[in-house]
Amino acid sequence: MILKWALLLGLVLALASTPQARAQDAYALLASPSFDSIRQGVQELGRSGDSRALPVISALQAGELFVRADHALFIRTASGFTDAQTGKSAPDVSADKLKKVRLNNPVREAIDQALGSLRLFASDPGQRRLAADAMFHAHDPLALPTLDRAIAAEKDAVVRRTMTEARAAALLSAPDASTQDKLSAITIIGARGGADSRAILEPLRDQPPPVGTAVAAAMRSIDQQLQLWGVIQSVYYGISLGSVLLLAAAGLAITFGVMGVINMAHGEMVMLGAYTAFVVQQALGPVWTGISIALAVPTAFVISGGLGIIIERTLIRWLYGRPLETLLATWGLSLVLQQVVRSIFGPDNRPVEPPGWMSGDFHLAGLTLTLNRLVIIAFAALVLTGLMAALRLTPLGLRMRAVTQNRTMAAAMGIATPWIDAFTFGLGSGVAGMAGVALSQIDNVSPNLGQAYIIDSFMVVVFGGVGNLWGTVIGALTLGIVNKFLEPFAGAVLGKIAVLVMVILFIQRKPRGLMPVRGRAAEA
Amino acid sequence: MAEPLTLDRRSFGRFGIGVAAAAALGALPGSEKRADAAPAPAADAGTPIKVGILHSLSGTMAISETTLKDVMLMLIAQQNAKGGLLGRKLEAVVVDPASNWPLFAEKARQLLSVDKCAAVFGCWTSVSRKSVLPVFEELNGILFYPVQYEGQECSRNVFYTGAAPNQQAIPAVDYLMETEKVTRWVLAGTDYVYPRTTNQILESYLKTKGVANADIMINYTPFGHSDWQSIIAQIKQFGSAGKKTAVVSTINGDANVPFYKELGNQGVKATDIPVVAFSVGEEELAGMDTKPLVGHLAAWNYFESVDTPENKAFIESWHSYIKNPKRTTNDPMEAHYIGFNMWLKAVEKAGTTDPNPVIDAAIGVAVPNLSGGYSSMMPNHHITKPVLIGEIQDDGQFNIVSQTPGLVVAQEWSPYVAETKDLIGDWRKPLACGAFNVKTSSCGAGGAKHA
Amino acid sequence: MKTAWIMPAILVGAVALLAGMNLAVPEGAPLHASAYLISLAGKYLCYAILALSLDLVWGYAGILSLGHGAFFALGGYAMGMHLMREIGARGVYGNARLPDFMVFLGWHDLPWYWSGFDHFAFAAVMALLVPALLAFVFGWFAFRARVSGVYLSIMTQALTYALMLAFFRNDMGFGGNNGMTDFKDVLGLPLQADATRVLLMVLSALILAGAYALCCGIVSSRLGKVLVAIRESEARTRFLAYRPESYKLVVWVVSAAIAGIGGALYVAQVGIINPSEFAPANSIETVVWVAVGGRATLTGAILGAVLVNLGKTWFTGVLPEAWLYALGALFILTTLFLPRGIIGLFSWRPRSRGPAEPAVTAAASEVTG
Repeated sequence: MILKWALLLGLVLALASTPQARAQDAYALLASPSFDSIRQGVQELGRSGDSRALPVISALQAGELFVRADHALFIRTASGFTDAQTGKSAPDVSADKLKKVRLNNPVREAIDQALGSLRLFASDPGQRRLAADAMFHAHDPLALPTLDRAIAAEKDAVVRRTMTEARAAALLSAPDASTQDKLSAITIIGARGGADSRAILEPLRDQPPPVGTAVAAAMRSIDQQLQLWGVIQSVYYGISLGSVLLLAAAGLAITFGVMGVINMAHGEMVMLGAYTAFVVQQALGPVWTGISIALAVPTAFVISGGLGIIIERTLIRWLYGRPLETLLATWGLSLVLQQVVRSIFGPDNRPVEPPGWMSGDFHLAGLTLTLNRLVIIAFAALVLTGLMAALRLTPLGLRMRAVTQNRTMAAAMGIATPWIDAFTFGLGSGVAGMAGVALSQIDNVSPNLGQAYIIDSFMVVVFGGVGNLWGTVIGALTLGIVNKFLEPFAGAVLGKIAVLVMVILFIQRKPRGLMPVRGRAAEA
Repeated sequence: MAEPLTLDRRSFGRFGIGVAAAAALGALPGSEKRADAAPAPAADAGTPIKVGILHSLSGTMAISETTLKDVMLMLIAQQNAKGGLLGRKLEAVVVDPASNWPLFAEKARQLLSVDKCAAVFGCWTSVSRKSVLPVFEELNGILFYPVQYEGQECSRNVFYTGAAPNQQAIPAVDYLMETEKVTRWVLAGTDYVYPRTTNQILESYLKTKGVANADIMINYTPFGHSDWQSIIAQIKQFGSAGKKTAVVSTINGDANVPFYKELGNQGVKATDIPVVAFSVGEEELAGMDTKPLVGHLAAWNYFESVDTPENKAFIESWHSYIKNPKRTTNDPMEAHYIGFNMWLKAVEKAGTTDPNPVIDAAIGVAVPNLSGGYSSMMPNHHITKPVLIGEIQDDGQFNIVSQTPGLVVAQEWSPYVAETKDLIGDWRKPLACGAFNVKTSSCGAGGAKHA
Repeated sequence: MKTAWIMPAILVGAVALLAGMNLAVPEGAPLHASAYLISLAGKYLCYAILALSLDLVWGYAGILSLGHGAFFALGGYAMGMHLMREIGARGVYGNARLPDFMVFLGWHDLPWYWSGFDHFAFAAVMALLVPALLAFVFGWFAFRARVSGVYLSIMTQALTYALMLAFFRNDMGFGGNNGMTDFKDVLGLPLQADATRVLLMVLSALILAGAYALCCGIVSSRLGKVLVAIRESEARTRFLAYRPESYKLVVWVVSAAIAGIGGALYVAQVGIINPSEFAPANSIETVVWVAVGGRATLTGAILGAVLVNLGKTWFTGVLPEAWLYALGALFILTTLFLPRGIIGLFSWRPRSRGPAEPAVTAAASEVTG
C-alpha cells in the first residue's frame, strides 16, 4: 500500500519536475509580488534548463521585466514588449497596465548565481570565466553536474582552472562528498588563495581531521600570503595618498620657494579645478564623459593659473616683502572665493562622474588596485616630471630658480622679478587646478574642498623643504605612507595626529625642512 | 611700530571710538526692540506671528540645512495663502548660525527674546540642539527638531519630529537579519554622539539576538574623513570569514561621498556586503555616481519615491516653489512638514500662540504624513512614524523594499542602555516629567524642569 | 604712560553703564539692556582678551601665531570641566560623579585628569597653567630651533589643528564633538540669572583691564624694548648679546596664560565649549581682529575684537550670506590699506620720519613687517 503511494508520489514528482513544469512554476513565482517568491523563481528558472531562462533573467537584472495583472510576464525591448515565456513580440500590450518586477539584494544574489550557471556555456571565454567565478562564490552543491559538464567541454586552460575551483567549492558544501574528494578540493582552493577562498574554508575549520587539519593548513598559508600582500597594499595606499598630497602641495612649494609667500587661497585654487571638471563634464554632456576629465585638466590649469596671475598682480604684489601680511590677505581671499562658489553653485556637493576607464579595480596577484587611484598616481608623476622639466629646461624655469636662490642677485642680473613672481604664482595655481581635477574623482566637490587639503599641503611643504621639488615628492610620499601604516593600528584620527606631531617635532630638528635651499642668501 | 598712547590726538580719538563702540552696542538689535518689548503675547489681532528658522546657511552643515530653511519658507507661504493662523499672517525670521555651535545658542536667544518667535524650527546636529536646549528651557520657547538622532533626551520645550533609534536603526538591523540573513556586523560611524549612542544600542540589541562579540566590528572615523582605502580593505577582510556580513553605517555628512566612491571602486557589491546607512538620503546621493551603489540600503521614515498622492502633491509644490524640478525631497523635510502642521493644529486647539497652552495642546495632535498614514504627537514629544527600508537605484532614488506594517512609537530612552532603561518621558499632567524612572517612581534629575 | 588709564576707564565705565541698564532699569523700559545684550557684551570682552594676548606676541615680538585659539580653548575646557562637575546629579542621567557624555559612552569612573576639577580654584589655576605649559613646551622647542616667520605660523596652525582632531575624539574623555554644555551654575550662582550674567561681564571687563595693564607694563619695560628689537631684526639682537629665545618664550607663555583666562570666562558666559573652538579658522579670525584694530597698539586689539564681532553679529542676523564676503574683504582691505589698523588712522605720523617698514631682505623668510 505504502509502496503504491510512494510510487505514485514518485511519478507525480517526476512528472512535476520535468523542465517544462519547473519552468512554469518559476514563471508563476516571478510574477508574484513577494521578493522571496521572485528569488525562488529565479533559482528555479536557472535550474530548469528552459531555453528562455537566460534572456528572462537578464531582463530582470536590467530592470526590463514587467508583469501584468493576470501574471503574464513581458520583457521590454527597444521595439516594444515581448512575451517573456515565448519570446514573441506582444504589440498590443500597454505600458500603463504593467508593473516592473522589482529586485532586492537576495534576488540580485540569486540572479548572479543563476546567470553564472547559465553563462557557463557562453561562447566568449571571458564570460565563461566570470560565470565560473560567480559559481565559485555561490558554492552551490546542486550545480555540480553542470560544472562537471562544463569542465569536460572546456578547452581554455585558464577558464578550466576557474571552473575546477568552482567545482571544488561546490564540493565542499556537498553533504555526501568523500573525504578524499574534500581533501583534493581543499588543496585546489588553497592554491587559489585570496580572501574569497578563505571565506569558503573558514566554516570548515572545526571539522574533524584529516579535513580539519587540511583546512587549517590551507588557511595558514592563505593568511600568510594575505598578510604579505596586506603590507604591500598599505604601501600602495600610502603612495596613492602621497600622490594626492603631492599634487595638492606641489603648487604651494613652488610659490613659497620663489616668493616666500604662503598662499592660503591655494586650497581654493584646487577647489576651482574640481569645479572646472564638473562644469566641463556638464557642458560636454553625458556622451563625452570619457574624455571630459582629460579635457578638464588643461582647462583647469588655464583657469586656476590665470586667476593666480590676476591675484598676484592685483593683490600680492602690493604686499611685496611682507609674507605674513600676504598670508592674511590670501586667507581673506580664500573666504571670498569660497562664498562666490557657494553663491554660484550652491553649498551642495556636485557630482563628477568618473569616466569608465577610471572606475573599478583590477587585481595584480594579491593586490587590489583601484583604477582611479592608479591613474592619479600616474598623473601626479606626470605633473611632477612636467614641472621639473619646466624648471630645468625652460628659460622661465631658469629664472625662477635664480630668484629662489637669491632674489636680489637675480634682479641685479636683469631678471624682471615682478613678472617672475606673477608667472610663478600662476604656475603654482595652475598645478593646484589640475590637482583639483584629480581630487574631484575621489572626494566631494563642494566649496569646502580646499579647506580639507590646505593643512596637509602646508605640512608637506614645511616637511619637505622649499626650493627643491624632490623634497616635496619625498615629503608627500613619506607622510602618506606613514599615515597609512599607522591607520590600521591607531585609527584614522590618531594616525593623523601622530603625523602632525611628528612633523612638528621634525621641524625642531630641521627648521627648513628635509631638503632646504642652501647657501648664504637663504639664511637671511 | 607705534607705541601706545602718546599723542593727545590719539587718546581723544580713542575716547571717541570707545564711546561710539558703546553706542553701537546699544544700537544692536538687542536693545532696539525695547520700545515694543511690551509683554504682549496676548497681542493685537493684526500683528504677524513670527516663526523662527534656525538652520545653518553657511559652513559645513549648510549642505544639509539650507533645504530645510527653504521648505519652511514654502510651508509658511502656503499657510499664509490659506489665510494664516488664527487670522494673523505668519512671518518667517531666518537667521544663520553658520554651523557654529555657540552662535546657535546666541541666535536662539535672539529669536526668542528679541524677535519673540512663537515657535522655532531648526537644528540638525545633536551639538546644535544641545547648545540651544538651555536657551529654550530658560526662555520657555518651542523648538521643532526634524532630524533623526540618538534619543536619550526628552525636553518639555522640544518636539522631536525626527526618528529615535528604534524608529530607524533597529528595524534596519531586523531587515538585514531576516531578509538578507546577515550574521556578521560592521558598525561604522563618525565619531560623535549619534553614532556612538546608536552603536551602543545596536551592539546590545545584536547580543540579545545571539550575535557573538567576534562577529561585531566597530569603527569610528572623524568628520570629513576622505581616505577610506584601508578601512574598506578591513571591512572586506572582516567579511571574508564565510558568514554573510553587513555594514551598518552611521557615517555622517561629507565623508559619505568618498566612502561610497571607494566602496564602488573596490568592488564591494551590495550582494556581497550590503551597507545600510542612516544618514544618507536623496540629497546626499545627488552628489554621487550611484551606479556602483545599486542595492545598498538606507533606512528612513520617508523616501521621495513613496508612491502616494500626498507625496506627489508635496513634491510638485516643492518643485514649483524652488523653481528647480531636480531638487530632491528627503526625510527631514517631511519631518518639518509634519511638525509645522502639528504646530498649526496645536495653536488652533489652544486658541493662542503662548508656549504653555500650545505645548499642552500639542500632545495627541495627529496630522497626515506623506506616506499615506497619520503621525501623532505622543506624550513623550516624539511622533509615530513608519519605517521604510530602501535600496539605492541608479537614478539616485530609493526602491522601497520593506515597510513596517504599522507606525512605530518612539522610545526616546533606550532600553538597551543601563542608565536609561527604566526611564520614560511623559509630559501630560500629572507626571509632567521627561525622565520618569518607573522603578523608583520618581522624576529623574535633569528631566523635569517645568512641571 | 600718562594716558594708559583711558582705555580701562572707558571699558569699566561702559560695562558699568550696561550693568545698570540691565539690573536697575525694569524690563520693558526704553533703556533696558536685555540679557541677550549682556551676554553678547561679555562674549566680546572675552574675545578682546584673546586679541590682546595675540597682539602682545604679534605686535611686539613679531610672532604671528595662527593657533592662539588653542590656548583660549584650553582655558575654556578647564572651566568647562569644572562647570560639568558642578552639574552633579542634575544631569540627564542623574549621575552625581560622571558627566552625561561619560555615562552614555559607558564609562564607570572619572579619568584621572578630571580629578580636582570640582574645585573652582583648581579649575581657575588650570585655565592659566595648561595653556601656559603647552606654550612653554612648544615655544621652548620652536624658539631654540630658531623656527620663525612663516614656518612658525604654520606650526602653530598645525598645533591647533592636531588639538582639534584630538578633542573631537570621544575616547579622549572631553565630550568629543558635543563638547560640554548644559551648565547649571558656577560658585553657587545660577548661570541663567541676570545678576550672574552681569557679574561675569563685569568680571571680564576687570580682567581685561588687568591684562591690559599687565601688557602695558611689559611693553614699556626693558623686556618690551628687547621684544621690539627682536621683531625688527632677530639676528641683530642676538649679536648684541641678548638671547631672543628666552625673551620670546617669556612673552609667549604670558600671552598663552592670558588667552586661557579669556577662554575660561568665555565658556562661563556662552554656556558651551566644543572642539571647533580649536579650529584654525577661529584663530585666523583672531588675527584679523588685531589687524583691523591696529597691531602693536594694545588698544587696537581690544577695539578690533569688539568692532569685528559687532559686524559679525549684525551680518549673520541681517545678511547671512554676505558675512563671509565681508570678512574676506576685511582681511584683504586691512592688509592692503590699513596696515596699522584703525588706531593707525588716528596716529598721524609725518611720512618722511623713520622707516615705515623694515627694508626688504634677500630672502623673504624672516621679514615680519
